[in-house]
Amino acid sequence: MITDEEVEHIASLARIKIDDAEKKSYAEKLNSVLDYFAKLDEIDTDVAPTYHVFGHTNVLRGDAVVPSLPQVEILKNAPVTKDDYIKAPRIV
Amino acid sequence: MISDITSVRQNIQDTTAEEVTTSFFDTIKSSKINGWITLAQDSAIAKARKIDTEGHSGPLAGIPIAIKDNISTKGMATTCGSKILSGYIPPYDAHVIEKLRAAGAIILGKVNMDEFAMGTSTETSYYGTTKNPWDLSRVPGGSSGGSAAVVAADEAPISLGSDTGGSVRCPASFCGVVGLKPTYGAVSRYGLIAYASSLDQIGPMGHTVADCAEIMDVIGDHDPKDSTCIGKQTDVSYRSALVDDVEGMKIGVPSEYFGEGVDADVEKSVWDAIHKLESLGATYNEVTMPHTDYALAAYYVIATSEASSNLARFDGMRYGLRPEGDTNIVDTYSRIRSDGFGEEVKRRIILGTYALSAGYHDKYYIKALKVRTLIKQDFENALKDNDVLIAPTMPQSAFKIGEKIDDPLTLYMADVNTVPVNLAGVPSISVPCGFTNGLPIGLQIIGKHFDETTIIQAAHTFEQNTDYHTKSLSSEVA
Repeated sequence: MITDEEVEHIASLARIKIDDAEKKSYAEKLNSVLDYFAKLDEIDTDVAPTYHVFGHTNVLRGDAVVPSLPQVEILKNAPVTKDDYIKAPRIV
Repeated sequence: MISDITSVRQNIQDTTAEEVTTSFFDTIKSSKINGWITLAQDSAIAKARKIDTEGHSGPLAGIPIAIKDNISTKGMATTCGSKILSGYIPPYDAHVIEKLRAAGAIILGKVNMDEFAMGTSTETSYYGTTKNPWDLSRVPGGSSGGSAAVVAADEAPISLGSDTGGSVRCPASFCGVVGLKPTYGAVSRYGLIAYASSLDQIGPMGHTVADCAEIMDVIGDHDPKDSTCIGKQTDVSYRSALVDDVEGMKIGVPSEYFGEGVDADVEKSVWDAIHKLESLGATYNEVTMPHTDYALAAYYVIATSEASSNLARFDGMRYGLRPEGDTNIVDTYSRIRSDGFGEEVKRRIILGTYALSAGYHDKYYIKALKVRTLIKQDFENALKDNDVLIAPTMPQSAFKIGEKIDDPLTLYMADVNTVPVNLAGVPSISVPCGFTNGLPIGLQIIGKHFDETTIIQAAHTFEQNTDYHTKSLSSEVA
């Protein structure tokens, strides 16, 4: 079962801020769903996992240059830009 | 008189495309259902005018369509029903949109949905709930609630939705319209903002099976931009399956989709439909799909896991909301995502992150993928000696707004009949088959992989030999 601390840890992995008041409510609702997931332990699964329903694997194309979306169009949606770049907060 | 493609096409001939398009916008103006997020009146009228003056030979020339708001439309706001994409204007069209435009269709605007397609009632939308036109105190279903509701309310003759765990079929059932979830890979997902990539499919909705087939012929081709898209696997058109004939068709009836938890009126309607098809020359037999009971848990593990990965891209940097202030990158991401996502989306991302995390990955995610194999085998076995399977789409008719939204698990349980189909990747079409207390009931016809032809034929035959598709809000209802 997921504890309030685990909720905090998972939320930080998912980069979602959850404040202390919400942690408990999240843990409760998550636990009822996780209880339900435990159902899967009831059956024997001596089969291969299905990642893709038709077993499709890497679909490749020839290494030919084709036009891409113009950079200026892409940058129109970026909230903060500088020259040809998207500006982001300090990373390092 | 239902507003299907045939009648709209006749109206265009009798008047003009511009008049027809304008009259849909007039209907929308007096709408009570909150089905639309963005209306594109200027571009729609301009296109209609162009079709009137220059002509257009496309198969959907002048036909207005509503598009679910998780499908990218160039130059037109696309929100996924979420605050976090506020202001986002896609710089490109989804593949299906390119095809619709080339066919002459007129995009009226973008319709409401559960946020990021996560829901069964359209109640999680940042833009408010859409109301079921048959009863404004009830949900239209979800997550493509807007797509179904606007067609039922004659605010658009046809629409596109998307179906990951039932999101086209559920609202089709609750709103009394037809909705098709194609075989996984039959329609391109390029431009569909992803929820769960191994399950998502774009699907058509309309008043009739014929309308869904017409749309499929436009959107269902091979697209190299989506490497999971194989497109149609035969040379015949989907429209060629619109044959009124089920002689010799073998119907499998999976017992697990009936019984406990399914409303008595729903069961009766579906059995009446099976007997109707029997009277038209089909035969039926009960089949068992022993792993059905595990499908819901497997679905929610897989879908939330894939969603946690797919929604990692929403970080406020390249599109949508950007947080105020400039703290370190992790805090920035965390604040924007906390503010921009709704409760259900955050819940599913956290569930998925947990299911994929070190120590739990095998227990949840891999286990669920193995259960998926067993469910796929259940379908293959059931369809070995049968042409189609028939079952209720939803275990009940539309529930009240607010009734289930406070307990996630109760809401998830409503998906019990729809999710196995997505796990197996098979096609399924939901058609109206009755009413209970004035609310529509739907049944789904499920087929083999890439055998949309057979399910379309069965659905069309049922529809043409009953009159549920003629029932609209303005007519009498049983």
